[in-house]
Amino acid sequence: MKTLDSKIPEGPLHEKWDNRKAEYNLVAPNNKKKHNIIVVGTGLAGAASAASLAELGYNVKAFCISDSPRRAHSIAAQGGINATKNYPNDGDSIWRLFYDTIKGGDYRSREANTYRLAQLSSNIIDQAVAQGVPFAREYGGELATRSFGGAQVSRTFYARGQTGQQLLLGAYGALMRQVDEGKCEMFTHREMLDLVVVDGRARGIITRNLWTGEIERHSGDAVVLCTGGYGRVYFLSTNAFNSNGTAAWRCHRRGAFMANPCYVQIHPTCIPSSGHYQSKRTLMSESLRNDGRVWVPKNKADVDKPPHQIPEKDRDYYLERKYPAFGNLVPRDVASRNAKYMVDAGLGVGPQHNAVYLDFSHAIKEQGRDAIKEKYGNLFHMYHKITDENPYEQPMRIFPAVHYVMGGLWVDYNLMSNLPGLFVAGEANFSDHGANRLGASALMQGLADGYFIVSRAVSNYLAENRFEITDVSTDQGEFKEAEKEVRTGIDKLLELNEKAKAKPADQQRTVMDIYRDLGEIMWDKVGIARTGEGLKKALEEIPKLREEFWSGVIIPGDDDTFNKYLEVAGRVADFLELGELMARDALERDESAGCHFREEHQTEKGEALRDDEAYAYVAAWEYQGMNEAEKLHKEPLEFEFVKLKQRSYE
Amino acid sequence: MTLHLKVWRQKDANSPGRLESITAEDITGDMSFLEMMDLVNERLVQDGKEPVEFDSDCREGICGTCGLTINGQAHGPERGTAVCQLHMRSFSNGDTIVIEPFRARAFPVVKDLVVDRAAFDRIIQSGGYTSVTTGPHADANTHLVPKPDADRSFFAATCIGCGACVAACPNASASLFTSAKLTQYAMLPQGQAEREIRTIRMINQMDEEGFGNCSNIGECSAVCPKNIELENISRMRREYLRAIFKMGGQAEHTD
Repeated sequence: MKTLDSKIPEGPLHEKWDNRKAEYNLVAPNNKKKHNIIVVGTGLAGAASAASLAELGYNVKAFCISDSPRRAHSIAAQGGINATKNYPNDGDSIWRLFYDTIKGGDYRSREANTYRLAQLSSNIIDQAVAQGVPFAREYGGELATRSFGGAQVSRTFYARGQTGQQLLLGAYGALMRQVDEGKCEMFTHREMLDLVVVDGRARGIITRNLWTGEIERHSGDAVVLCTGGYGRVYFLSTNAFNSNGTAAWRCHRRGAFMANPCYVQIHPTCIPSSGHYQSKRTLMSESLRNDGRVWVPKNKADVDKPPHQIPEKDRDYYLERKYPAFGNLVPRDVASRNAKYMVDAGLGVGPQHNAVYLDFSHAIKEQGRDAIKEKYGNLFHMYHKITDENPYEQPMRIFPAVHYVMGGLWVDYNLMSNLPGLFVAGEANFSDHGANRLGASALMQGLADGYFIVSRAVSNYLAENRFEITDVSTDQGEFKEAEKEVRTGIDKLLELNEKAKAKPADQQRTVMDIYRDLGEIMWDKVGIARTGEGLKKALEEIPKLREEFWSGVIIPGDDDTFNKYLEVAGRVADFLELGELMARDALERDESAGCHFREEHQTEKGEALRDDEAYAYVAAWEYQGMNEAEKLHKEPLEFEFVKLKQRSYE
Repeated sequence: MTLHLKVWRQKDANSPGRLESITAEDITGDMSFLEMMDLVNERLVQDGKEPVEFDSDCREGICGTCGLTINGQAHGPERGTAVCQLHMRSFSNGDTIVIEPFRARAFPVVKDLVVDRAAFDRIIQSGGYTSVTTGPHADANTHLVPKPDADRSFFAATCIGCGACVAACPNASASLFTSAKLTQYAMLPQGQAEREIRTIRMINQMDEEGFGNCSNIGECSAVCPKNIELENISRMRREYLRAIFKMGGQAEHTD
């Protein structure tokens, strides 16, 4: 029986991390060069981990799926990064950032992890500035900050709308320096397809060279997984096309627990899908809701009319009507849910009837076009470019989209999974955001994990287990076996093409077809709002779709060359299993918490209604085999320092 | 719309390539250029043919993964726009569109429209950073940076490393890319300690990779999806002279 020990340190909240650091064993400088560490993924968490471990003297092998580590999806983060510097003198503190984050997550994250995140936030800014990250500055030369949702202080540091890009380039520079110094070997365009476990410890990975198809074995004394989130299980999301859940899922299949997979953040202000060919969803800053008014026509008959032909009396400003206190500035999950209700009720606007209006005409009338341009000019320009509609002249069309997953591989306080030697950092783990992530905190977690936690925790693991971590060779059985399984898996995928060709022409479907169908099931039934009934339906539909996939889909080409469709086929195969687990987790969690909204459980005001008696735990799932129900383990969440309250922003 | 595509097909860097004609039907103006390519590929796959390989990832114009030469222009006809943000309404029914990979000796073709831009990573490896380790650093506000300098540094730092500048340059020069990175650090106090070494090493590396020299044509800046300015290249030249005077052209400090 595997047990879940969160290994939270002793002592008061503010001393826990210091206590843990004092307890950590160290590796002597002359011994560090004897250890090889594998880091998979080179986004904020991965690049920061790889650079920091190499700086210490370990031999690092870093892997990324892109053609360069600079392209990880962390670059797409726009808004900013939170830190408790209190530069504006507005009363910020570690406690406040901690409290905002744990409340924002609807009390479903660990106190100790969240507190450590707040503690480290300030160091991250110092680190990034020392690296030459060009943050926004005031005229006096000091760093500028701005405010973000869920907080009453100004603690968000930013580099215009490119904060993620600039922070990543800082970490990438640090990584490139280590490559130049020979302490880190970089493997680009590689996909991790399996984890190698030797004597119960993570000791290596199997990768595929995406340009040549070559399967490779790599060994190490520890594996650090930083492969991001699995939001693309929905097909359409704000995530980049290559973001996927495969590396994490393959670790899960090797025994690592998957925690809280149903927690998915949906962002309310995205440009709606414009057709079946749509490849992704584009996020527009949430700040637009400060001046935009959300509405739909009152009458279904009006949905196809141009908005200016619908008089005031026939417009339903539904957020202002239902939530008079907050109006258009209700929290993300409430805004998302209500947009869905309107579209489901047949009141959606636009050519696809899949959007609600975000109208700036009142604001333009009151404040003038120039004032609005000053505030949102770049966003209006981007919207205009994508939709060919001028938002100064007619309302924007918006609809929610999948944005970030709070679930991920289970880790203890040391960021180690239940598999010894497998560390998981950044979005790939489940740990710090609970059931809902506040804005500007994803970058913070990726870098806190990467720069300041992983290197210490890995050192401790190596020192503590130095007699158990014996030499391994990639020629030994476990590596050969894992490689064989990977190769068999790829052959199985390529055979699907033959099976598809044997089907009648009208039943021949491509990987993308199946992928889109999975996305639709997930969005409709495991999306913004869930019901027990819908989730049960999803649990019937996903296995059926999986069966259809394995009965034959068109996958062109071979495995010995660049073959995008083959890559995607492998990822979709994994999503077809992960999607089912997400639905199962959502069904099992018979309460509403943060972004997990079960319609059966809501307050009179339509807020998420938690059941702390029954569900104040982390759900950690153990793989039992394909088509087998996973086994649930529970890590109770203990709240020693904060009082659990109904989340409210009134 | 129906469009007549002439798409470059090439098995790998060592094989000869050729333009293949493909007809793209039912294309709407709302599609991005890459969504048009997705649709074309989906139909090729359904017909039992091999799809056209091309690079893309974020599709928001920020990751720098995508990059096609469209009718001879890197990233296509719209200024300041990465190909993923180019929409088909820029084209008309019946148009012929020639789609080729970025062409430069330093960017070998991987397959079809995909090229290997690892040379850019090696330029960064040779000094495109400040040599600080992870750990406690002075409080971030210890270094004051005047806003105009910070802004200039930021604008240079917005380079997404897509390689369009190289593809557009008749000499396949990487000067815009390299100079943008040099400018970012030259404007900041954090970049001063290694200012000269960085300049010499990065410029040497640029030459070693097989990129050509800059001859002031300016096409690089014209096609840049992030509008990186040509003045960065002039600054790089001044930085190089400064480094020569201070370091004697050596990439290492000598006692």
